[in-house]
Amino acid sequence: MSVLIDRNTRVIVQGMGKTGRFHTDKAIAYGTQMVGAVHPSRAGQTELYEGETDHSGVPDRSDGYRVELPIFRTVNEAVAATGAAVSVVYVPPPFAADAIMEGADAGLELIVCVTEGIPVADMVKAKSYLASRRTRLVGPNCPGVITPRECKIGIMPGYIHEAGRIGVVSRSGTLTYEAVHQLTQVGLGQTTAIGIGGDPVNGTDFIDCLELFNSDPATEGVIMIGEIGGTAEEEAAAWITENMTKPVAGFIAGTTAPAGKRMGHAGAIISGGKGTAADKIAALEAAGVRVAATPTDMGATMLEAMEG
Amino acid sequence: MKIHEFQAKELMAERGIPVPRGEMVTTVAEAVAAVAPLTEATGNPVVVVKSQIHAGGRGKGRFAEDPELGGVNVVLDGIEGGVEAAKRKVGELAARMLGSTLVTVQTGPEGKVVNRLYIEQGIDIDRELYLSIVLDRSSSKNIVMVSTEGGTEIEIVAEETPEKILKAEIDPGLGLLDFQARELAFGLGLAGTAWKNGVRFIKELTEAAVELDTDLVEINPLVVTKAGDVLALDGKMSFEANALYRHPDVQDMRDLSEENAAEIEASGYGLSFIKLDGTIGCMVNGAGLAMATMDIIKYVGGEPANFLDVGGGADKDQVAAAFKIITRDPSVKGILINIFGGIMKCDTIAQGVVEAVAEVGLEMPLVVRLEGTNVGLGQAILDQSGLNILSAKDMKDAAEKILEATRS
Repeated sequence: MSVLIDRNTRVIVQGMGKTGRFHTDKAIAYGTQMVGAVHPSRAGQTELYEGETDHSGVPDRSDGYRVELPIFRTVNEAVAATGAAVSVVYVPPPFAADAIMEGADAGLELIVCVTEGIPVADMVKAKSYLASRRTRLVGPNCPGVITPRECKIGIMPGYIHEAGRIGVVSRSGTLTYEAVHQLTQVGLGQTTAIGIGGDPVNGTDFIDCLELFNSDPATEGVIMIGEIGGTAEEEAAAWITENMTKPVAGFIAGTTAPAGKRMGHAGAIISGGKGTAADKIAALEAAGVRVAATPTDMGATMLEAMEG
Repeated sequence: MKIHEFQAKELMAERGIPVPRGEMVTTVAEAVAAVAPLTEATGNPVVVVKSQIHAGGRGKGRFAEDPELGGVNVVLDGIEGGVEAAKRKVGELAARMLGSTLVTVQTGPEGKVVNRLYIEQGIDIDRELYLSIVLDRSSSKNIVMVSTEGGTEIEIVAEETPEKILKAEIDPGLGLLDFQARELAFGLGLAGTAWKNGVRFIKELTEAAVELDTDLVEINPLVVTKAGDVLALDGKMSFEANALYRHPDVQDMRDLSEENAAEIEASGYGLSFIKLDGTIGCMVNGAGLAMATMDIIKYVGGEPANFLDVGGGADKDQVAAAFKIITRDPSVKGILINIFGGIMKCDTIAQGVVEAVAEVGLEMPLVVRLEGTNVGLGQAILDQSGLNILSAKDMKDAAEKILEATRS
């Protein structure tokens, strides 16, 4: 079991630039069912992906792969032809919000947006557009979602992951890799790792992921990795107090970050003076979350939380 | 991206939003020359001389060279002495302010050099209010915030009397609706002409904020005059970096002299760099990991000299540039490189480090912690380089090693 994605997930890619093609290849090598791509002016063509199978991914496969990915004009057409329910977005920032809304209009269940640098105003609109639709957005500005040994959507290195017992949710990319790597090393592994992204306006938040992991029978514990700014961690802490039945470990980056740098003047006002690492750590600890003192201790802290 | 008060007022004036009349000057002569046209046009003999720097708290701030002198000065000499007296006083103030260092709560103790002044008309203030437009991250919408407590820092109002802050959500599709502006203006206790002007001000400023992709607009104080006019006595605007490509006119307002030179240089290489006060320089891939690296340096008893994120796909040139920027800082006593290779391969980073050291030289301890993709290859490159590089097994080990090396 896992959340959001598994071995049956069929994925289309929006944004077939250099980055999109590179990671599509890595996803196929991992064993992800990439079934189509969207490009307005290259429809009707196919794009060939072949190479050596990444054996850290989906097991029991031959050593090589060869996939001819069909290209469609629109997401609607791609969904109709392939039955895909999930897309991954690598579209450049000025056009990414539109790509997200196109995916939502096509009725996708899940859109994973990797793109970094989307204007906030565009995301405010896209999020408002999504509010009345069934589509879940993960990201933007995130590494993606991975269910080890089943499906990898995004830019994370597959081989550091191992199928296991812990749900991972994080606002940071490489810090997620650090956590995942440590969970693999201590033998806990991951059910699913979700990068929710570092932007102020994102689709899926900590609470959404905690809810998913709490209901997933295979997930025995959760590690959440936050950072300074906003109040998402404090809100998650309140949710954990009320609802969480599984052990949660955490880490908050930015204890030493100076105030006022890239942190909007008003963020703290709206939240009544919240937004510092110290506040977030205090809120999480008050909710019974075991917070790692340093990023080196994330795996060990999760183990301690599991042992109670 | 931040801009100056005079630029924010220029953007407002272009959009018909009421602001006091004023002129930006960079010399004493210009300051003196600005006085007479202002007092003639407004009929008000009072003028104000305002320091233009990218930091708040200017009114309460003091000059390092001239501790009696504040960053904003109201010149009343014209009331009795006429325009010549006002000009004399403005000239005297401009001479003391220009080129001097203003220290405010937001500049830090080092302060900022004042290179520009804004000479502005005096206003007959009846009430001081507060207005801002910001992103509310919890609702993912922009909101308009107003308060009757103008002139006070909004954080203090939020802390002490949160009931005095009124908010309205801006619908992403429809904008701020008329009734919301009316409600906010009523909430500010405005009536009659002032209420009508207040409604219009709130509507128009909101439209401007949306049009310009601001990430913060703050008018503190927003003043009501005895005649019922509503205008922006101060004006702060900053812009969302990701949307600047849509606003070349705003981009042109960037004042590089207000920013840290190393941060500007780093951004030119696609590096995210923030200068800090410590002695351990760091180079990391990924913002979260970079922050966590600073944290762990502090945790083991050191102080980070910078935040530096080389990004997810840095190449050798970027690594070399990052290395040069770090080593140029005279307070840096040692360097910690922390890389979790994902897309970025450890051997690429290792090669970049070796080449950068060969080019720049290395006169201080360097600890490198590599993990992830091609870690073995990367480690081998460092080991075979013949350079004096200490390797670390994890982040804590790396932090402890660099601290020890810089102490001995």
